[in-house]
Amino acid sequence: MDLLDGNLELKEVQKLQGHTDRVWSLAWNPATTATDVPAVFASCSGDKTVRIWEQSPSTRSWDCKAVLEETHTRTVRSCAWSPSGKLLATASFDATTAIWENVGGDFECVSTLEGHENEVKSLCWNASGSLLATCGRDKTVWIWEVMPGNEFECLQVLQGHTQDVKMVQWHPTMDILFSCSYDNTVKVWWSEDADGDWSCVQTLGESSNGHSSTVWSLSFNAKGDKLVTCSDDLTLKIWEADIIRMQSGDGYAPWNHLCTLSGYHDRTVFSVHWSRDGIIASGAADDAIRLFVESKDGLMNGPSYQLLFKKEKAHDMDINSVQWCPGEKHLLASASDDGTIKLWELATLP
Amino acid sequence: MVSGLINANPVVYEKKERRLRNLATLPDEYAVEPIDQQEIFDHIRDIKDPEHPYSLEELKVITEDAIEVDHERSYVRVTFTPTVEHCSMATVIGLCLRVKLMRSLPSRYKMDIRVAPGTHATEAAVNKQLNDKERVAAALENPNLLDMVDECLAPSYG
Repeated sequence: MDLLDGNLELKEVQKLQGHTDRVWSLAWNPATTATDVPAVFASCSGDKTVRIWEQSPSTRSWDCKAVLEETHTRTVRSCAWSPSGKLLATASFDATTAIWENVGGDFECVSTLEGHENEVKSLCWNASGSLLATCGRDKTVWIWEVMPGNEFECLQVLQGHTQDVKMVQWHPTMDILFSCSYDNTVKVWWSEDADGDWSCVQTLGESSNGHSSTVWSLSFNAKGDKLVTCSDDLTLKIWEADIIRMQSGDGYAPWNHLCTLSGYHDRTVFSVHWSRDGIIASGAADDAIRLFVESKDGLMNGPSYQLLFKKEKAHDMDINSVQWCPGEKHLLASASDDGTIKLWELATLP
Repeated sequence: MVSGLINANPVVYEKKERRLRNLATLPDEYAVEPIDQQEIFDHIRDIKDPEHPYSLEELKVITEDAIEVDHERSYVRVTFTPTVEHCSMATVIGLCLRVKLMRSLPSRYKMDIRVAPGTHATEAAVNKQLNDKERVAAALENPNLLDMVDECLAPSYG
């Protein structure tokens, strides 16, 4: 499929109902890439539960396989699978993080992480699954070490943001941590030595061409040399770094602003996700899903991005999360305030 | 706890006449009646101020003119004027407005709530909080705050 050749559409594959309040977030199980494993994802909601959805290999339709309830006492805001796909971590407004393990089809809560002073908003496992990062309204980012027997030990509490931290995300290949905040900045955290202290090595703020309002989310491209951020300031920003230099052990390589996509969104952009083959999907408070790609425009110095497709009224209310399926190409899941999850297929028009 | 009220002597205004809707002028009973300024104002005029036994209309915290509605695009913007420049109740009032409208308008409506420019010492900070959906959701899960909001909203369910 040549993405730039026009005539594409986002076709609705299925609408999933079940949650009784807004759906905040969803996460695809990374083990989904294996061919004989049915695709699975988790969703979390204001109804205090997490739902596990699986695609039936025979009917190809999606059903809710499990409801994880009676653990969190408030909204479950975020969820993330460990890289092996065996554990699911969930972050809640009840100030705790729960770790769930799939024990023969049933999900059991095997650990509860406490420490944040108030709402935990996001969490993320690093590429090897040895570390888990959490963040919240208490302005801190916590790094937890995964120990044997599902034990988690807090390695460090990172202070630096001056406001509510909305999202954390590890770099796809290196142990560099990124956090987005209500203070309009993205902070980069790194520990030069293996057993050393983590510190903020860079802040992407307004002076570095950063956002002018809350940064809600960020996502890396497949190579890990570019990242996209989305914000309440109605823009997406693309950033790049010399990752190869950093991978060769030459110290920290800073991130630089590459371009800003403005004029495309009418209301807050809550979620952004970069697919493995280079399509950036955004979900916003105007109920629309937008897709962007790098344009092969030889006239500009450096890459520029263009709007590939806009799906208006993708949902009846705000879209809180968009996530590309890691395995199947061009399958996108979206979660909304309307309590539903939708699955979309990017297809060429006949 | 602050012992004194933020604004012990608010100016109280007269309530506006309530105009009855003239139903006889509706030509088609199935016609969609667009939501207008008056309707939005009717939803919020009787909300009680958190500190005083007066409505937001009586204290001129909200007026009909400070409401913008775009029926075609299902959009509302309410601008309110706190009675005092350093009013710490501004976020509570804003929250009450948002909750009442969320409960009264169709779910497709998008709304922005803000303080009138120049009327509050930390205007930008208040506006940012009031329009951060996640902060509002978390605040409303706080039972004490929710009780306060419901108490202010009670007289407005006419």
